Amino acid sequence: MNMMTGTALLDVAILIMLFILALGIIRMRSLFAIVMMSGAYSLLSAAWFVVLDAVDVAFTEAAVGAGVSTVLMLGAMLLTSRRAKPTKKWLSLAPLAICLITGSVLIYATIDLPPFGDALSPANAYVGAEYLASVKGDIDVPNVVTAVLASYRGFDTLGEVVVVFTACMAVVLLLGFGERSLSASKRTPDGGKD
Amino acid sequence: MMIAVAVIALVMALILMLIRVLLGPSLYDRVLAVNSFGQKTVLLLGLLGFFMGRPDFLDLAILYALINFVATIAILKFVRYRSFQVTLVKRPAPEKEV
Repeated sequence: MNMMTGTALLDVAILIMLFILALGIIRMRSLFAIVMMSGAYSLLSAAWFVVLDAVDVAFTEAAVGAGVSTVLMLGAMLLTSRRAKPTKKWLSLAPLAICLITGSVLIYATIDLPPFGDALSPANAYVGAEYLASVKGDIDVPNVVTAVLASYRGFDTLGEVVVVFTACMAVVLLLGFGERSLSASKRTPDGGKD
Repeated sequence: MMIAVAVIALVMALILMLIRVLLGPSLYDRVLAVNSFGQKTVLLLGLLGFFMGRPDFLDLAILYALINFVATIAILKFVRYRSFQVTLVKRPAPEKEV
């Protein structure tokens, strides 16, 4: 079996599984099962990023999507009920229309994109080639993405870190991983059964 | 060739786990299936590096294993204690300590 077709087949298999998981998340009513399935969804999509050779994105997706956000969603569930209320059918028509329109516009936009791995595309030709050539002399970091993020765009990344830290503090304060959430959870009488 | 067969077998196992996640009648079936799904993903990642001829990213699989473990512990702790604040060791309940 050729390796390219093998990778393409793997892409298709993972995408089908992601689609089925997403359908399951939509159909499910128990919030607990939804949180767990979204964790599985993030892990699988991170594996898909690895297949696509985007290892940095996969790292972030695994750490944030599967690890932290599962715990945060569970913490948020402590403060609310455990089942989603069924919505009326006609209420979801407008979001459906928005999703369909946005999706078709995005698919239409992909027609203009250069082919996958094109060396002459604007993203690869001018600035990218420049960075690839000068990273070796400027900063002695083997990974070019890390060099750009941590050194060329160092101040930008510092700002991002401050924003993320502030957001984390706000979330922890809101969810209250402390006495408050403990007493709130003791008031709810139902046990661990679903 | 062996690696390709192993990848195909893992994808089959992933599909089986997916069916159990979707159908699983009780909550614990789902927890177990999601955990096993994560383990299969870790194995798939480990194989993928060799399948694509670049086994440099094996440490990603280790990170995934750690994250999967943390998520499962968090879920089970939530089910048992309904709070993250309770330390597993200090609790006087006759549970096995983790």
